[in-house]
Amino acid sequence: MRYSFGLDTFGDRSGDADGKPQSHAQTIRNVAEEGVFAEQAGVDFFGIGEHHTDYFPMPAGDVVLAAIAARTSRIRLGSAVTVLSSDDPVRVFQRYSTLNAISGGRAEVILGRGSSIDSFPLFGYDLADYEELFDEKATLFAELLRGGPVTWEGKTRAALLNQDVVPHIESGPFPAWIGVGGNPQSVIRAARLGLGLALAIIGGPPARFAAYSELFQRALEKFGRSPLPVLVHSPGHVAATDEQAKAEFWPRWRDTITLVAAERGFAIPTEESFDRETGPDGALYVGSPETVAQKITANLRALGATRFDLKYGMPGMTHDQLITSIELYGQHVIPRVRELLS
Amino acid sequence: MTELPRLAVLGAGHVGPVIARLAIKAGYRVSIAASGDPDDIALVTELIIPGAEPRWASDAVADAGIVVLAMPLHRFLDVDPGLLSGKLVVDAMNYWPATDGTLTAFADATSSEIIARRLPGSTVVKALNHIGYHELEDRSRPAGAPDRKAAGIAGDDPAAVAATADLVDRIGYDPVHLESLRAGRALQPGGPVFGAVLDRAHFEQAIGIRSLT
Repeated sequence: MRYSFGLDTFGDRSGDADGKPQSHAQTIRNVAEEGVFAEQAGVDFFGIGEHHTDYFPMPAGDVVLAAIAARTSRIRLGSAVTVLSSDDPVRVFQRYSTLNAISGGRAEVILGRGSSIDSFPLFGYDLADYEELFDEKATLFAELLRGGPVTWEGKTRAALLNQDVVPHIESGPFPAWIGVGGNPQSVIRAARLGLGLALAIIGGPPARFAAYSELFQRALEKFGRSPLPVLVHSPGHVAATDEQAKAEFWPRWRDTITLVAAERGFAIPTEESFDRETGPDGALYVGSPETVAQKITANLRALGATRFDLKYGMPGMTHDQLITSIELYGQHVIPRVRELLS
Repeated sequence: MTELPRLAVLGAGHVGPVIARLAIKAGYRVSIAASGDPDDIALVTELIIPGAEPRWASDAVADAGIVVLAMPLHRFLDVDPGLLSGKLVVDAMNYWPATDGTLTAFADATSSEIIARRLPGSTVVKALNHIGYHELEDRSRPAGAPDRKAAGIAGDDPAAVAATADLVDRIGYDPVHLESLRAGRALQPGGPVFGAVLDRAHFEQAIGIRSLT
């Protein structure tokens, strides 16, 4: 089995050593450096999630990915995720096929909603239309990815009649995935469109998603498609010891979730819930390289997945802390997981 | 032992399958329906909700003792109220503008009161809406377990509230009664227990019906 290992960021706003937030511009430069460093550390994929907030100032991740592409030669580069419902599938295809050209065929796209809802009012879309927007646009995107002229008609954008969409892809479709957070209908959609399944597991026991993985493969059979890979995306942080990783991550995680909780009206997480999530049955990969490697190994096995993407960092963490986390992930966690899986 | 009522779960997205699985485990016979043809959810049901029967919504409701609404709230606006007439309806949905957008139909009262108004022939109870679908299954515990958590139930009809409390108890939570459907405001987004998983004492303290001594 061929496994690969990635890192994802939401453009988490960097903090300086005193805990003060750095500027959006500095955060974006930090992310570009982290992407370049990820290749040096031996990471296979670097993903940037679209967000539109003061603490995740990352609305145009593809521009940052292009900067990383110009300074790297091996690492794969993609979105994690692209909020397709509030974007135009033709433009998304064009941006990522351009990235694919710049990078010599290293582009990927993960389509989804993620937790980013801010793009809907920003671009004039109604969240209540989410389902229809996503379904139509994902269907068109899958069509565009096949290459060749496209004819398409729907309710959510202008129709296309035998339209040649450029730039053409050099050597077949680049990898594309559908991000799924827990809705089995979304698993069926990914299979129907022939796109990979990216399981975003951000809370609760990861093993409960095993049935989703099986559902995906069974649905692919039903639609007469070949097997496609399953990817797991989860948040975490690697440091020298479990204690250090938790001490660095917990206050930043608490502050961020508290902020989101206030915006969305849910209760604030407790230290008890953090302990559950960082334990063996939780969704957070926070700890020493060995702790994180064991957890990744167990969950890739349980879920029949061949790729793991660690969403590293949190708003307020320093660039230095993230560089150390990336180095430990690439130099120690990934080789250890490969060893455990072989 | 009296036979458990049949359950119809309307909604096969994030929440419906979780509630259906818990109910099956607790011994209920469960039908599940999405907005259309049961064939569309046959594979999902087989693999994600083994033991449930995928049916048309009208068939699922027809012989159900309890109907659980677990669809996106805007989809509820398309449901024919006649379909649910005479039924005990457990509203597990939420009006959550921050994630689902603004719905003007739900602007002027608690969402369950508005649902009750739209379903004049049904008895509506609000329950199973405030614990996230990520956690609902994971935190469920049998009665008497030391780490058992609480789940709120808001309704105006004592028999309906009792039947819902029995369901909540059997699927793994200590039922906490709120005094009315309107009091279910405490269970909604922005309320003190939305998204929280608390034991009975902390739950009752949070919603202000008990002070911890």
